[in-house]
Amino acid sequence: MTTISAPAPTRPWKASPKDRLRDVALFLFAIVGTYVVVAVTPMKGKLAYFGLFFIFYMALTAGFQWFTRGSAAAKDAFVNSLVAIGAVVTVIPIASIIVTVVVKGSKGLHMGLLTTDMSMSAPTDPIASGGLLHAITGTLTLVVLALIMSIPIGILTALYLTEIRGSLTRPIQFLVQAMSGVPSIVAGLFILSAVLYPITKGYSGFMGALALTILMIPTVARTSQEVLKLIPNDLREAGVALGGTQWRTVAMIVLPAARSGLITAVILGIARIAGETAPILLLTGGGDRVNPNAFSGSIGSLPYYIWKSFNAGSPEAITRAWAGLLVLMVLVLILFSLARLLGTRKVAR
Amino acid sequence: MNDSHESEKENMETTTRPSSLADVANAKVQKAPGTRAMGTGLETRGIHAWFGKNHVLSDINLDFAAGTVTALIGPSGCGKSTFIRTINRMHEFIPGAAMAGEVLLDGRDVYAQGTDVTKIRLQIGMVFQKPNPFPSMTIGENVLSGLKLSQQKVSNKDELLEECLERAGLWNEVKDRLGAHGGSLSGGQQQRLCIARALAVRPQVLLMDEPCSALDPGSTLRIEETIRHLSDTMTIIIVTHNMQQAARVSDYTAFFLSDGGPGQMIEASPTSEIFSRPRDKRTENYVTGRFG
Repeated sequence: MTTISAPAPTRPWKASPKDRLRDVALFLFAIVGTYVVVAVTPMKGKLAYFGLFFIFYMALTAGFQWFTRGSAAAKDAFVNSLVAIGAVVTVIPIASIIVTVVVKGSKGLHMGLLTTDMSMSAPTDPIASGGLLHAITGTLTLVVLALIMSIPIGILTALYLTEIRGSLTRPIQFLVQAMSGVPSIVAGLFILSAVLYPITKGYSGFMGALALTILMIPTVARTSQEVLKLIPNDLREAGVALGGTQWRTVAMIVLPAARSGLITAVILGIARIAGETAPILLLTGGGDRVNPNAFSGSIGSLPYYIWKSFNAGSPEAITRAWAGLLVLMVLVLILFSLARLLGTRKVAR
Repeated sequence: MNDSHESEKENMETTTRPSSLADVANAKVQKAPGTRAMGTGLETRGIHAWFGKNHVLSDINLDFAAGTVTALIGPSGCGKSTFIRTINRMHEFIPGAAMAGEVLLDGRDVYAQGTDVTKIRLQIGMVFQKPNPFPSMTIGENVLSGLKLSQQKVSNKDELLEECLERAGLWNEVKDRLGAHGGSLSGGQQQRLCIARALAVRPQVLLMDEPCSALDPGSTLRIEETIRHLSDTMTIIIVTHNMQQAARVSDYTAFFLSDGGPGQMIEASPTSEIFSRPRDKRTENYVTGRFG
């Protein structure tokens, strides 16, 4: 038996150490160039450094490629660095927001934050007094109520648009698209004038949830529709050819096949409403006490708490507001993860 | 068996043009029509089909005796697939589709007013060109999905599962992983899974729309064997572009052709005849590969 000696596996397409050195050198040149230009010209500030650095970097990489490999490679390098800049420019504000919220919000964290409400404390009291319980429970109440109302309506709308495709498809499609552009204050005012003033005549969590539902339905419906469109028609035909009615086919085959996409639709819906402030200010009435009844009495929520605390103006109140922002962000993150977990659990089996 | 030998001999003597396809068609065991009584079978009477204003199929009259395999051959766009989709009423799913004529299953028109279309599709099963197991279901769930879709209850699910997979020629390959997802199978196995799925609701007729066109020769052979076995208990209509396949699996062959206008049926005969002495010049040109 002869043994075949295999060559050592290599990856010739990867950047060699020499290439890496060249990239680092170009990067450093760009930084040096930026500092020199800022030093000798009147341009000042972060923006100048930032802008000049990218101009230098792009020019250097493109120029280097031009000399070594020609104009096509130069253009390629130019577009590559442009794309990289786009990605970085997108990430900077998000990262900056997260860092700011975490840094400022963490100063407002204390033991009782999640277990007490503000019924016994004023926004200007010391940080350790009171907590966010009323706002967290309020926001959860609003989001859950809005989810209960908007998921069925949104998904049924999407099913009408993709599965039934009745004669109303085009007008409904148009209205759903138009609705997704409705400013949240309009939704709030609509509920205020159509439901709150004439019928209930009082603030409640349900009023806020109604306005959030209006905002959430188009997001859920449009995303679900896109997802359902991706389900191959073969599967629908196979279901019907096996003696299923249209409803059984949709319920047993189309919806399960679209499951993870529908979860994404719900997540996007939550993202749309969780931090929504304008309708909340109009409809829920705020409140500093935990209100377990969503259908009567004013109810607190995180956006309302943040708004109220910033308005109070004292250093303690502003720290409270940042803490509220931090908690809101974490809450949204938890809701996202929960939805993702529920959506993938069966598939992972 | 006597019958088959006689017809083979007859063919040998009267063959005017030696043809390997004819040999293939003759080589298999011929079935004597009528010996397998399982209902009166399926008949189509004057089937026409339209997509919008486009007349795609004209006046198809075909009888399918119970327990036989009929192959539909012809160039692309001649209406074969449209024709079989009119049989189990899948044609009506295409927006703008229209049809005329009668499809008689055991003497009753499937298009008659008041017919429960889901019942029709339970009696006339279908296997599609591309394997399409349901992605959210396991292998076992896929096989039994027809029962759930049509809300039928069976007491012996496990037996039915094994029986259907056995008949589809897949049992030995998947019996240890019935809980795996259908998508984890190879293309040929997926198609046999789709056949097993169609069998679970016990159809009288099975329509197969180019079931092997996406498969390799080995898988094709397995499916052809499956078709031969299944034809003992059901009527099979198979659309195929592979003339060897038509010769290998079918008892009867119908040749469809469109000369720019709507597709028409040119000729329908026992398979051995259509490949050895076709009556129509166009059929002869097609089966000998002179066009199409």
